[in-house]
Amino acid sequence: MEVIQLLLGGLANGCIYGLVALGFVLIYKASEMVNFAQGDMMMLGAMLALTFVNHDYLGWPFVPGVLAAMAVMGVLSFALDKFVLRHIFGQPHFAVVILTIAIGFVIRFIAGVIWGHEPLSLENPFAGKSLHFGGLVMGMEDAAAILMTIVLTGGLYLFFSRTRLGVSMQASSQNQIAAYYMGIPVKLVYSVVWALAGILATVAGVMFASKGTIDPSTGLLGIKAFAAAVIGGFGSLPGALAGGLIVGIVEPFAGRYLLAGYSQIAPYAIMLVVLIVAPNGLFAQMIKKKV
Amino acid sequence: MRILFKRSYGVDIRLFADWQTFAWYAALFAAVLAMPFVLDDYYLGEVTYVLIFSLAGLGLMLLVGHTGLVSLGHAAFLATGAYMDVILIERGVPFILALPLAGLFSGVVGAIIAIPVLRLTGIYLAIATMALAIITEDIIVLAEPVTGGVIGLTTPPIEIFGLEIDRYGTPKLFFYLCLAVVALVTLFYRNLLRSPTGRAFTAIRDSEVSASSLGINVAVYKTLSFGISCFFTGLAGGLLAHYLGAFNHETFLIITSILLLMMVVVGGMGSIHGAFFGAIVIGLLPPAITILREYFTALTGIRMTAIPGLDTGIFAVILVMFILFEPMGIYGRWLKIRTFFQIFPLYRKNMFRRQKTFLKTERMR
Repeated sequence: MEVIQLLLGGLANGCIYGLVALGFVLIYKASEMVNFAQGDMMMLGAMLALTFVNHDYLGWPFVPGVLAAMAVMGVLSFALDKFVLRHIFGQPHFAVVILTIAIGFVIRFIAGVIWGHEPLSLENPFAGKSLHFGGLVMGMEDAAAILMTIVLTGGLYLFFSRTRLGVSMQASSQNQIAAYYMGIPVKLVYSVVWALAGILATVAGVMFASKGTIDPSTGLLGIKAFAAAVIGGFGSLPGALAGGLIVGIVEPFAGRYLLAGYSQIAPYAIMLVVLIVAPNGLFAQMIKKKV
Repeated sequence: MRILFKRSYGVDIRLFADWQTFAWYAALFAAVLAMPFVLDDYYLGEVTYVLIFSLAGLGLMLLVGHTGLVSLGHAAFLATGAYMDVILIERGVPFILALPLAGLFSGVVGAIIAIPVLRLTGIYLAIATMALAIITEDIIVLAEPVTGGVIGLTTPPIEIFGLEIDRYGTPKLFFYLCLAVVALVTLFYRNLLRSPTGRAFTAIRDSEVSASSLGINVAVYKTLSFGISCFFTGLAGGLLAHYLGAFNHETFLIITSILLLMMVVVGGMGSIHGAFFGAIVIGLLPPAITILREYFTALTGIRMTAIPGLDTGIFAVILVMFILFEPMGIYGRWLKIRTFFQIFPLYRKNMFRRQKTFLKTERMR
């Protein structure tokens, strides 16, 4: 019983990590840029949602408020790619790493100036409610997080396999030049991918802020989501989600069964082991070059 | 306008290009030597801080700028050096042995870690080192009997041949101590770059495939580079311990690693000067902001409250600007200015234009 309860708690957290990791992987798959600012984008999305929804600020109803935050984040991420990251397109990966880390710092700083450094909580319709099955208890916000992740994953799957834009995204990630020759506006596609990642980050942020509190340094959670993405392998969307779930589920178990202090190392230790054993992640998508 | 005639191959790897260059560096060194007599103790402390950080930057520069391996976890080796130094001194080892031993320990640890980690390339390497740094933070807390856990350690004063050196008691002596270490390491670094080993590092940075086809054992040289880099950083950690007086695991958070890397990038990748420039920016930014704020208040009468994280924010903005508009950092800009004057009427606008580059995918092997 206790095991299942721990599993349920981990599942919800894992979904949030998975969504942030999904954002990493989306961008990496499309443009081979690693967006270290994804965690900070999550924080910013949550802060925006909080501004629209909370009664101290605008006090909109929950759903329109969150949708507005998603739209704003989409536009911001689109602009970020179009006006900042486009400049260093084709530069070594290293430049992108530093640039996105720096952008993350800037986002964190701006959020600190606007919203202060006190932990804030998002007012949401799930608070205080819980589901009971048998002897198991599950917070309503946890259930919402899991449901939301399932819906989003399904939606993304359909988007990538059925829509024209989704297929052209796949094409540009597989071979830039060939996609360009086929008349796909590769640059535009990249910016749209960034917008999508921003929207995903907002959803993850909203769920995170419903479950607990956020402050500008919450963005550092991105590092944990990073571990998730690495465990899954950077090139694979289902892998990212699986990695997120692994990290999310391992955490409560490590907290329960390992000595205090060792538990927080667990996700990173798993990640290191995965990196050393299978350097491209558990769900690698590497193509051997034929000469 | 100055012309350097090359009459032998040796000219290319001379320590100083000509006597004028030597004179400039000698003048710089003399100016730094004279600093304790000009600056008051507060500013001398800041300069010492800059020196220590340039030492750490030199370590990272060797790895990132000259071998092309990105590490996001160098704070871990800073920590290794700092803890090892203090632990050795507490066990009765004299400082003059403890500091090099701490650096050496850090270097050996780095080289051992490097063996499995260096199988990774590019982005995965950066992530793995980052994970190592995070794990190190926790290990420090867990290893409480040696490291003092959350409370941390207090640094005992330094004693060299009966001469007591303390950061607050005798800041001038501490400054000279740091300067001596930094000068020695810089000289070592410069000579390393002139040697076959250093050129092997650069070859690996530019192309691993061509380096190995020229007979360079890539794995060995990468490990060596990681080890030397961690050695430098460990030395910096030892000095930092004495500078801070007391420290715990929170001194060496992941942010410190990131800051170190940013420092190297702002300074200018692939140049010894870059490490110093970056450290100057990072070390002198907080006092500069304070001074500017006071000036602003005096000018307008509006009292500006201190904004937390302002210096990091400003630094990040500076960094973004550099990556977008001057990827070679401050040193790159300095090179352009110097070239402009050296070949005075002949400077053309496109002399430093960057080559067009294309994305080299890491998914194909």
